[in-house]
Amino acid sequence: MVLPLRILLDKVAGKSVLCLSVLIGSLLFLIVGGLYFKSLPILESHSFWDLISKSIWKPGKEQFGFLPYILSTVYITIISLTIAVPLCILCSVYLSEYASKRVKSFVTSLVDILAGIPSVIFGIWGIIMIVPFISDTLAPAFGQEDTTGYSILAGGLVLAIMVFPIVIHIMLEVLRTVPVELREASLSLGANKWETIKKVVLRKAAPGIIAAIVLGFSRAFGETLAVLMVVGNTALIPHSIFDAGYPLPALIANNYGEMMSIPLYDSALMFASFLLLVVILIFNVAARFFMMRVERRMS
Amino acid sequence: MFWRKFEERLFNFLIRLATIIIIGCLFVIVLTIVVKGLPAMSWDMISKSPSGGFYLGKEGGVLNAIVGSLYLGIGASLFALLLSIPVVVYMNVYAPTHSKFAQYIRISLDILYGIPSIVYGAFGFLIMIYLGLKVSLLAGIVTVGLLVLPIMARTMDEVIRTIPKELTEASLSLGATKWETAMKVLLRQAFPGILTAILLGFGRAIGDAASVIFTTGFTDNVPESILQPAATLPLAIFFQLGSPIQEVVNRAYASALILTIMILVISISSRLLSRRFNKNIIK
Repeated sequence: MVLPLRILLDKVAGKSVLCLSVLIGSLLFLIVGGLYFKSLPILESHSFWDLISKSIWKPGKEQFGFLPYILSTVYITIISLTIAVPLCILCSVYLSEYASKRVKSFVTSLVDILAGIPSVIFGIWGIIMIVPFISDTLAPAFGQEDTTGYSILAGGLVLAIMVFPIVIHIMLEVLRTVPVELREASLSLGANKWETIKKVVLRKAAPGIIAAIVLGFSRAFGETLAVLMVVGNTALIPHSIFDAGYPLPALIANNYGEMMSIPLYDSALMFASFLLLVVILIFNVAARFFMMRVERRMS
Repeated sequence: MFWRKFEERLFNFLIRLATIIIIGCLFVIVLTIVVKGLPAMSWDMISKSPSGGFYLGKEGGVLNAIVGSLYLGIGASLFALLLSIPVVVYMNVYAPTHSKFAQYIRISLDILYGIPSIVYGAFGFLIMIYLGLKVSLLAGIVTVGLLVLPIMARTMDEVIRTIPKELTEASLSLGATKWETAMKVLLRQAFPGILTAILLGFGRAIGDAASVIFTTGFTDNVPESILQPAATLPLAIFFQLGSPIQEVVNRAYASALILTIMILVISISSRLLSRRFNKNIIK
């Protein structure tokens, strides 16, 4: 029996979309595998522990200590989250519990627009406003006169703003899943609105809020250009928030040009990308775990 | 008793303050870019390429970067669209119900979405070396296309999942094949969503810098072939901002304004478009 053309088309299409799906499904493994494979040369000549715990960076002499870069990344991420998390929690509570429908949709569209702004715009804004603000006003106020303003604090501030949209977005989703009955029960027992939010809503949504923070963390961890532009890029371990730092993504972006000319250098940079990738994968799995707990709690 | 009232008042104030700060940031950023960029704007800026080198030449504009960004954005969005439509069709039409594999693809796309663009840049660089490509528009399109793929595919997927099951079943029960159902019912129903997804992807593609730094390079000329390197607006901002010459720095400010306007136009028009097309959909 000859198949009609349309049935044949359906079969061919079915097979080809399956093939493409398998390809896309394996993309994650390709990225992880590819970067791991490329960082093998440096992992063979240096031990993993040496790479992440030493702080001397002399690619010409085959000394690759990633510690200053790793610490800079961690510090900047912590600074940005210390600023962003409280603001985001307060803002999402306002939007989900207090704001009228119109205000809510207005603010969320503005937050969405903020999410779409490219990182380089945040960077140039940081250079125009944040960096002079730190060197002229903030640092002298803390008794630090001789800073340029290009510091991990500047990086953290710029990053905090970039993290707002993603954290607020997830927190709103989570707060929406808290059943109205719970709020009503608490209010009917005489608790006021804030007490209800503090003791019922936020407590019920806690795992989801942690998930939102973790995802914000992973966004902050890998952000490159905005941070690179304001952070100063000196490969020393920063000792105060007014010191310059040199995060991992900036290291990769700044040295792509010369990496092919020095042995092991390209492998070292691929190892840096691999490190970033692995940390972000771990964060993602953790966030997923917390979100699963939210779903279980709410159902 | 006093404390209860006071605490409520305090937080009533704080939550509003936090919201105002967050919205304020958006306005301050856009305003700063406009104030710095507007004086630097001129007709030459958008109609000429820089002369005498982008880092030192005082004359000319950023046409090279505008055109490069558009080429890259359009190419990458098309590439991502060609990959994501089949995947979305597979997940929603061909995959068996509760398919573990479809579930896995959704999760892996979500994870891919979270991977920073610098890692895509490094991975794109690996592909480039593997295929023997040079730094070029093509390498950039592939890299940025992969970066944009998860956003597009997941946005479309979410839209298609909201389409009532009955619609698909009605089409299948009338004898349409799965392919016909996908093309003539699902994708048509999801059209506004697909449009939004494309615009989202395009916006992300023209704004991303870290992934093109490895792969697309930078040049003073408008690219004539897909195998040549191309300038992009984010890198035009990044490179020219560091120049000691004021005219060049002004070019960076102007590029920032142009990029911001493009992004704002895209994100506002995608909002309006999806609102407008939503009227024609069977609920």
